[in-house]
This record gives sequence, structure tokens and C-alpha cells, in this order.
Amino acid sequence: MLAYVVRRVIATVPVMAVVAFFVFSLLYIAPGDPAAVIAGDQATPADVERIRQSLGLDRPFLIRFGEWVWQILHGDLGTSIFTNLPVTTMMAQRFEPTLSLMLITLTFAVAVAVPIGVLAAWKAGTWIDRVIMGFAIFGFSVPVFVIAYLLAFVFALELEWLPVQGYTPLAEGIWPWFENLILPAVALGCVYIALIARITRAAMLEVLQQDYIRTARAKGIGQGGILFVHALKNASVPIVTVIGIGVALLIGGAVVTESVFAIPGLGRLTVDAILRRDYPVIQGVVLLFSFVYVLVNLLVDLSYTLLDPRIRY
Amino acid sequence: MSGPTITSAPPGIAVAPELPDLLPAVNLGRGAVGFLRRHPAVAVGGALLLFMLLIAVFAPYLGTVDPTALAPARRTRPPSAEHWFGTDMLGRDLYSRVIYGARVSLLVGFSVAAFASLVGLAIGLVAGFVRWADAVVMRVMDGLMSIPPILLAVALMALTRGSVGNVILAITIAEIPRVARLVRSVVLSLREQPYVDAAVAAGTRTPMIMLRHILPNTVAPMTVQATYICASAMIIEAILSFIGAGTPPITPSWGNIMAEGRALWQVKPFIVFFPAVFLSLTVLSVNLLGDGWRDALDPRMAKGL
Repeated sequence: MLAYVVRRVIATVPVMAVVAFFVFSLLYIAPGDPAAVIAGDQATPADVERIRQSLGLDRPFLIRFGEWVWQILHGDLGTSIFTNLPVTTMMAQRFEPTLSLMLITLTFAVAVAVPIGVLAAWKAGTWIDRVIMGFAIFGFSVPVFVIAYLLAFVFALELEWLPVQGYTPLAEGIWPWFENLILPAVALGCVYIALIARITRAAMLEVLQQDYIRTARAKGIGQGGILFVHALKNASVPIVTVIGIGVALLIGGAVVTESVFAIPGLGRLTVDAILRRDYPVIQGVVLLFSFVYVLVNLLVDLSYTLLDPRIRY
Repeated sequence: MSGPTITSAPPGIAVAPELPDLLPAVNLGRGAVGFLRRHPAVAVGGALLLFMLLIAVFAPYLGTVDPTALAPARRTRPPSAEHWFGTDMLGRDLYSRVIYGARVSLLVGFSVAAFASLVGLAIGLVAGFVRWADAVVMRVMDGLMSIPPILLAVALMALTRGSVGNVILAITIAEIPRVARLVRSVVLSLREQPYVDAAVAAGTRTPMIMLRHILPNTVAPMTVQATYICASAMIIEAILSFIGAGTPPITPSWGNIMAEGRALWQVKPFIVFFPAVFLSLTVLSVNLLGDGWRDALDPRMAKGL
């Protein structure tokens, strides 16, 4: 088991190396010359060349890549072109809102999607099943910002139940913090719910056909016990897998949702950085999000042994 | 689950039990019409997509005006007889912009689906067949796949000017790894098939085996995957334009119209409403088509997913 964990952790190194290489190339081929920007309008070509040498920009690609990776491993992601602040500082300031939004969305989505997926499998072929699967197709088709505007229009503007936009830090109270995140989390969660509900239904249908379910039923175990204890546990591997893969949807969706609801998180930072062509910040955000995504899927991978004792390494 | 029973038979006379109707009529007809009746999702999705395609093709003849014509005197008018969907912040006719927007969305959706499928197919075939290439290529694909697609497309767009071509390229690169993975897995299972062994034993060269024996079998899963890529590409295009990293603002794309309506959405919600409805319906049509098509290709999946 320990050997397996170590092997899986090591296997993520080449993946992150490809990500790092891609992200570094992004800055390397980005238009604009940092040396010329620093030198200013009055500089002669000789000045620019001197600055380029002092920054080490004249050295070969692979050497610069190696140094850049070395810096990152020491927690240095460079400095923003726009604010002149370290990228790590800027990301740290924006971390809490995005983490809050994602955790609430994840909890809410799993809490809704798994039961309705189980229900759809139990009532397969009936109108309940069709309604749930119809909802899933809508969840896949309606873009996150459309749902976001719809929810904001109904629940914030018309009914005035919840705030239209903004964010309150958790330090200022749980309810103000939570209240601001309800609509964004529901908007962001829709496509995620659709994805998880679909796979839950499919996995459950497969398991419910097996002999041991019939045995359990013959023993007189109630419907709830069969569905949620006997069947769901065996259907959990594909469900957990898709929850992990779907985190990519959450990350991409957060970029948009934070813009609609004016949440000052990492997604908002990404959009601002794109509009300002602030490449060091773009690099930092892409690296961080990809790292989180790889980490989540690593944990999912390792959870298989807990979920299914037949899987042994 | 109760078996057939004999209840009212007179004594001494054996009566055949009444059997339940085990075989309901399956064949609803032949040909294209029958196929559509058996797969209503394909029919509905196809009809809706055809409608959007016709709108896109005949956009100039649908009572539209120049979607980029400015009219500062008529800014943010609500829907009326003259401007069916109202006008935007620069006085442009929203109906015309939304109708022309179908062109951008469908162009991006279809182009990305086609390019990503072709490149992904080539990469997947090579990776599935050439052992030494497999390790290298799939590590690169894994790396690209671990960057969330929207973020990858956004990062690529940061390098270039916004244009429809660049948007197509960025989304294509983001979608290729998934196709390559799918094709590779299909190839890996197919190459264990006895008929491939037979072809190898008969001395068929590897390129020929790939072309004649493997490629045709990847077509079915590829077409299903392509429809999902098309839907996903249209959503990503709208998101890119919405956050200002997509098509240039003058282009009448649904994401752009919504981006422009964003500042005013609390007072003039119709600017966001119309493109949102068109975008959602178009993506829905492609998703319905994909689901129905998948079920039609593999009836086992109809029950499974």
C-alpha cells in the first residue's frame, strides 16, 4: 500500500512537469519584451540589451526554464507586471473566496446529485427518472453564467431574498459569508450535479442488477438499506472518480461565476490578469489550479482502496 | 413477476395459459423516419440544430440589419416592433446581432469538433499502436488534461489577439487530449481482437491494419465524442467572449452580447436574456443529438446512462 502511494505520488511529477513546461512557454512566447518595458521609452537599444543581460533573458530556453522551476520550488512565482506585487502574495489574498465557493459548491452538489442519481436508478424508466435525466441534460446545456444571471434575477432582484453580488470574509460571521455564496454555489453546481447524477444513475443500475442485491432483498432488507448501504457502496468508485474529474468544471466555472457575482477570488484575478496581459499572474493561477486538480485526482485514486477492498496494490 | 396462472378453466380441459405480451412492438418503421421515431432525442435535437443552422445561413434575409451598425440615439431600447429584441448600449439592433451570433457559435462548435477529432484521432492511433510513442505522447496529453480546459483556452487566448480563428485554435488544443485518450483506449482494446491477429499473421503492414481494421471501428465512438466537443466548444467560446478573452467585441457573438449587457443587466435584463436563450437552446440541441446518437449506436448504453 505504501509503495503504491509513493508510486502514485511520483507519477504526478511528470504530469506537473508538462504543466510547468507549458506554463513557462506561455511567458516565453508571449508578445512584448520585458526588458524594453523596464527600460522605458527613453532607452537606447544598448540599454535594453544591458537590462536583458542583467535579467538573464538572453540565455537559452532550457536554462531559463530550469531556473524558473527552481524559483517556483522555493515558493517564488515572480512579480506581477501590473501591481509589482509578488504573485504569491496576490494569490494568497484571493484564496479564501475561491476556496469557500468551491467547498460549498462541492458539498452542495454531492449532497444533491448522489441522492437524485440513486432515485433515478431506483425508478429507472419512470417519469421520475425522465425528469431527473432531463434536468441533467439542461444542466449540461445551460452555461454557468446564464444560470447565474437567472438565479440573481429571480432570488436577488425580484424576491430580494439574497444579496445580488459581493463577498464577505468568513471572519465577519458565518451567515454573512454563507449568504453571499448561496447563489454562486447553486449556479456553479448545476453542471456538476448533472455530471454526478448521471454517473451515479449509471453505476447504480449496473450494481442493482447483481445477484447479491436480490439476496439482500430476499433477506428482507428495506429499499433504503439496499440502495444506500448495499448498492451505493459498490457503485462508489465511478462516482468518486467523476467527482474528482468534475473539479475541472468547478475551476473553469469559478472564473465565470466570480465575475458575475463580483467575488474577489482567484477566478476574478485570472480574468483581470488576462485583460491586462499580466503573464506572471496568469502563469501562477494556471499552475495553482492545475496543481489542485492533480492533487484532488491523486486523492481520488488513493481512495479506491478504502471504497472497494477488492482493489489492492 | 408472477407466472401465468390457470384459474377459470373447466375441469378436465387443458387451456393454454394466457401469456403476457413479452414482445412489444419494437420496429416503428424503416429508414430515416423509423430511426427518428425510435430515437426521439435525435429527432428533437436534430430539428432544433437544423433550425439554428438555417438561421445562421440565412441570417441576412431574416429581417436583420447590419449587426455592427451604431445608432447612438437609440441606445438600450426595450424590445419593440422596430427592434424585436431591443437595442444594446451602442444602439445596435439586438435581433440582428443575436441572429448573426448563431454563425459564430456554430462555426466555432463545428470547427473545433472537426479539428479536435482529426488531430486527436491521429495522436490516439499512433499512441495506441507505437509502443515507444505511447509513453511520451500520453504523458504530454495527461499534462494538458490536468489544466482545466477553460483555463487552458483562456491562457492561450492571452497570447494572441482575439479573433474567431484564434478562439477555434485555443479551444481545439484544449479538447485534443480527451479525444486522443478515447481513441487510444479503443485502439488498445481492438488490437487484442482475433481479426487483428489474423491480419498480422497474414502479413498486413501496420499502417494498413490501422487504416483498414482499426480506424473504421473508432468512427462510432468518435462521432458521439465530436458532438459533445461541439457543445463544449460553443460554451467555452461564449465564456471566453464573456470574460473579454474571446472574439473581438465588434463580432456579434452571443458571449460578446452578454458581456456588453453585463453592466446593465439589473436594469436592462433583455440584453443578456436573448443571447442566453439562443446559446442554451443551441447547446441543448447538440447535447440531445449526442445522447440520442450514443443510445442509437449502443442500445446497451440507453439503459446504462
